[in-house]
Amino acid sequence: MSATLTLLHDGRSDEVAVADPARPAIPADALEATLGWALQPEGLCQGPMCVPVDQDALVGDDGIDLGVFADALQRPLVTDEKHAVAALGASHHDRGEALASLQAPDFTLPDLDGNPHSLSGQRGKKVLLVAYASW
Amino acid sequence: MINVPTILWIDEEGRIARPNDVAFGSNDFKEMTGIDSELHLERLRAWVRGEGPAMTPEETRAAQTLPTAAEQEARAEFTLAWWLSQRGHAEDAEPHYVRAGELAPHDFTIRRGTMLIRGLDPMGEDFMKIVNEWTEAGNAFYRPIEATT
Repeated sequence: MSATLTLLHDGRSDEVAVADPARPAIPADALEATLGWALQPEGLCQGPMCVPVDQDALVGDDGIDLGVFADALQRPLVTDEKHAVAALGASHHDRGEALASLQAPDFTLPDLDGNPHSLSGQRGKKVLLVAYASW
Repeated sequence: MINVPTILWIDEEGRIARPNDVAFGSNDFKEMTGIDSELHLERLRAWVRGEGPAMTPEETRAAQTLPTAAEQEARAEFTLAWWLSQRGHAEDAEPHYVRAGELAPHDFTIRRGTMLIRGLDPMGEDFMKIVNEWTEAGNAFYRPIEATT
């Protein structure tokens, strides 16, 4: 391994050792701890769900090819080779399913005094959510 | 969310009762936007008071605009660009901001929202340039539900 890649994903940041930041691959034994997916004979698996994947393309000498991993899960992967950083986005399919479920995703934001407020803390009330900007 | 203002109704069980929509709290900008705030406020009051319905789940889903692959890639480009900006790499962040805007030209939370970070004016000529390009190509800057369904 010759470089450290900063991988931005799922609202967090991980430092992973890679051979080539331009085509990042992470060690197979770090896949589950880093990205929450395990490589099984059925494909990429997360809990009871498995996604078929071309394992010959996915697993190379340098480990799990993140580009192939992202394609298999329909997630965008964008990289900046100079700074050895990559962002692995969310799948449009998963985001669409979550939105179509009509369950509002929970979030927590601070008020002007720094006190955190969660959407889930408003259960039992009707909520009007307004997003605005002063730019 | 692709622009502001964006409003969203959420019921007592945490379910979306009206999807992302464009609404203003007053008519201060009505002449500019063409959107009458009273229409939304009347509906909102009626829903809160139990005098009028929210949308049905079917109507809500029909009015939703679900994310595309290009929009999700644009958000990943933004994430990367923001990370670079925060670490003082403004020059290297710029192509990622530009690419995000190319992938999702209708997403003004990215295109306008990143202007200040990039040394551009989100209230002046830089903003008017992208808005004019967008609207002169036949696109609406604000897309309230009634206009899109």
